[in-house]
Amino acid sequence: MIIGEQKPFKEIVRNLEGHETILVAGCRSCVAICLAGGEKEVGVLAESLRIHSDLNDLGWEVGEATVERQCEKEWVRELAPLVEEVDCVLSMACGVGAQIVQEMFPDTRVIPGLNTSNMGAPEEQGIWSEKCGGCGDCVLHLTGGICPMARCAKNLLNGPCGGSQDGMCEIDPETPCAWDQIFQSLKRLGRLDLMEENIPPKDWTPSRNGGPRTIVKSSAVLTEKEKRAREGLD
Amino acid sequence: MGPRIVGFCCSYCGYASADLAGRQGRTYSPGVMIVRLPCSGRIDVLHILQAFRKGADAVFVVGCLEDNCNFVNGNFEAKKRVQEVKDILDALGLGAGRVEMFNVASNQGWRFPRIVEEMTARVEKLGPNPLGVIADDNR
Repeated sequence: MIIGEQKPFKEIVRNLEGHETILVAGCRSCVAICLAGGEKEVGVLAESLRIHSDLNDLGWEVGEATVERQCEKEWVRELAPLVEEVDCVLSMACGVGAQIVQEMFPDTRVIPGLNTSNMGAPEEQGIWSEKCGGCGDCVLHLTGGICPMARCAKNLLNGPCGGSQDGMCEIDPETPCAWDQIFQSLKRLGRLDLMEENIPPKDWTPSRNGGPRTIVKSSAVLTEKEKRAREGLD
Repeated sequence: MGPRIVGFCCSYCGYASADLAGRQGRTYSPGVMIVRLPCSGRIDVLHILQAFRKGADAVFVVGCLEDNCNFVNGNFEAKKRVQEVKDILDALGLGAGRVEMFNVASNQGWRFPRIVEEMTARVEKLGPNPLGVIADDNR
């Protein structure tokens, strides 16, 4: 899932300057799980903005709506009648969701309400950690299911650095050393032989060096004829 | 009538304490509006914000004594949400002191008037909620 956190209230208010009708748009997927941009957080932020408006006599009209997934056009389409009524959308989704809303409604300004942080998972209630670096060249089969790209501060691929002490990373005594975790995991799995497998310098071409990445699964791509049929044009 | 204060009280202790205060003939400000909750853990950040938006000068939440909640940890949940509201009130410039969480036992009838007194004193220090004036103007 995508992990994000709400921007400071003052920054949000500053970014909304010059707008009067605002739609606070939430997302019921990842950002709802990390308690940053779901229905509940939308309600609280919208009410806080109304109070700010009343206190400062701004006359803002603040609406609220939450869709299932802001990163999918099919769901974002539901916002159309509401977006028509406002001059700005405050997206409480991740950066992907905010961009899709902007793409769907190019004439209305979209302002992000969250800072999108990483791809991760909940550790326990209220705590989320980064798990995947999205490098495009996965090595989890060699590293006991632990990602050295996301979880090692130096992205090392062949064992720990000298900063690994008693299972912890030198950057912070609370942060486990990914390579210690990899060693423990491989030991548990009876595959310590994989520690000796040399992982060559990484192929960064599927990473971010070539601009935004696009994955195409040709068997799922619709032909023009199929698209027209789906839209009821044929 | 004094400051407008909204008190969200759990049914088991906060509300019982207010009830006992009444039965014991204790007096407190008539400006207090009590909202009875099944448990203080039912309180939502939004409930408190809405109270302020509608003009409350202060809001308090009363739950059972810590480790004595009928629903195990409802009062701890309430405490965290009150803290969340404090942060929001600070960001809005209304003042975190306008909201507070209290823990009482149902047999502490004497405490309820003291809670009201404390919140009244806070409002006197912080001044009335400017939104209350706005709400009055719109009536």
